Amino acid sequence: MTATRKRDRILPVCVVVAAIIAIWYGFTVYLNAPWQLDVYEKAGRDWTITDLVRDTMAQDRPVLPAAHQVFQEIWATTVEKRITSKRSLIYHGWITLSATLLGFLFGTVLGIVLAVSIVYSTALDKSLMPWIITSQTIPILAIAPMVIVVLNAVGLSGVLPKALISTYLSFFPIVVGMVKGLRSPSAIELDLMRTYNASRFQTFWKLRWPRSIPFLFTSMKVAVAISLVGAIVGELPTGAVAGLGARLLAGSYYGQTIQIWSALLSAAALAAILVMLVGLAQTIVLRSMGQRPEGGTT
Amino acid sequence: MGFDGGLELERQDTIDAPGRPMTGPVVDASGLCLTFQTGDGPVHALSDVDLRIGKGEFVSFIGPSGCGKTTLLRVIADLEKPTGGSITVNGVSPEEARLNRAYGYVFQSASLYPWRTIERNIALPLEIMGVSKSERAARIERVLDLVDLSSFGKKFPWQLSGGMQQRASIARALSFDADLLLMDEPFGALDEIVRDHLNEQLLTLWKRTDKTICFVTHSIPEAVYLSTRIVVMSPRPGRVTEIIDCPLPRDRPLDIRETPDFLEIAHRVREGLRAGHSYDE
Repeated sequence: MTATRKRDRILPVCVVVAAIIAIWYGFTVYLNAPWQLDVYEKAGRDWTITDLVRDTMAQDRPVLPAAHQVFQEIWATTVEKRITSKRSLIYHGWITLSATLLGFLFGTVLGIVLAVSIVYSTALDKSLMPWIITSQTIPILAIAPMVIVVLNAVGLSGVLPKALISTYLSFFPIVVGMVKGLRSPSAIELDLMRTYNASRFQTFWKLRWPRSIPFLFTSMKVAVAISLVGAIVGELPTGAVAGLGARLLAGSYYGQTIQIWSALLSAAALAAILVMLVGLAQTIVLRSMGQRPEGGTT
Repeated sequence: MGFDGGLELERQDTIDAPGRPMTGPVVDASGLCLTFQTGDGPVHALSDVDLRIGKGEFVSFIGPSGCGKTTLLRVIADLEKPTGGSITVNGVSPEEARLNRAYGYVFQSASLYPWRTIERNIALPLEIMGVSKSERAARIERVLDLVDLSSFGKKFPWQLSGGMQQRASIARALSFDADLLLMDEPFGALDEIVRDHLNEQLLTLWKRTDKTICFVTHSIPEAVYLSTRIVVMSPRPGRVTEIIDCPLPRDRPLDIRETPDFLEIAHRVREGLRAGHSYDE
């Protein structure tokens, strides 16, 4: 029963992946062909379609690198490099990941604190929420350099400024989700607490908080992904010393498209893993809170 | 009345138990009014309600939707504030009674918290009232036994049927030993057979615990079967049209519902409801 369900899920995913790779290779040939034809013309040599396809997939600085080039680059810069090496993707990935996780942690805590204040204070509900929404309308690319520069000026550098940019992005979905979650108890559930003469704290801790946990996890999945975006954006204006953002920037300085794409795919994979880990935590926690096994919300 | 003797003795025991002072009426309302201000003008949910409920009574509130029976229960529970008249619960204001945790409330839906097991749902009021862990365990065991759910303590609510969930919610209301039980159509959503069974169990429980019970219902047979008195209400404005005594013996097997006495009382309740309705049309 579960085996067939698993197969039903894996097959469509494989088809989509295969289609993406096929389209990718198609575009590799198409986009890299003009430069390759130039090369052939300058060298004055004849070429066949086979030559063209093979050569467009083996350029040093292609417009669009072929999938296998990118995966070779990722393999070479992860498995075949020492982790301490400045060219190791794992080294750069860890730099970004540490800022992401720290920012995600700050963002989650900040988001929860803000949500609780909003739910428990009408004044804050009216005054805070517009600013929280406004904060997200400002493009992060415009704010990031200023945050980095200002924090550098007061002597803060390294992981913290980047983490703060992650925080700036990730607290938002947490606030929105948690405000909704903390307000989700039904009238009867609240009345029940009233009949027990429960204190505000007891109502919070024994009703509003557990009620909001499913909302928290859904928000955390969004938050952890944009936390990573924040950390990468935070690495761009620092002159790109280390991190996946630095690899992206350095790659674009030197026209190293393969390096850009490998950093890009690594970032995407990292985001996917982080979201999956939050999802796993969600399953474990909600299971322990009595959720029906088949009614999972993933 | 001969077979009532044993029960009288049992009740005497509980009344004489220490820590349970005998007082006046449990609920005493006079001229009680409640008007909701809505966008479409005022709605008179309760109008001039007079009612006295003595200790150990089982009083049903019956009437069509919108007659204020649930509102009246909520006023007793201090979940709504009356806009006129006076009401006391255990001789004090409803708010004070609520602060003293004088009553257990059973809602229309079981409203068990889905993230807590049945045991922990029953523990909820005890945790809030600061009952020690060992005492909690003892009480949970006792009330689970009382509603016949002893082997289901570790289950989550969704693993139980609707009737069992409602029994668990009754156990939760009993766990902190309030003398007054307020029940708002607790069996309304259940099917007939489960309902009969739960009615029987509720009567047994009432006899064993000597609680005062206020019970809101739509069903005439249910009201007659359970109650010592039936309060017939009518809508717009919500008021009490008649209070009917229900002098059936305390021991009531289910087939008492086919006896002439029972049918006679049911008939009177139906007449009362009809009188309330004709006023409306």
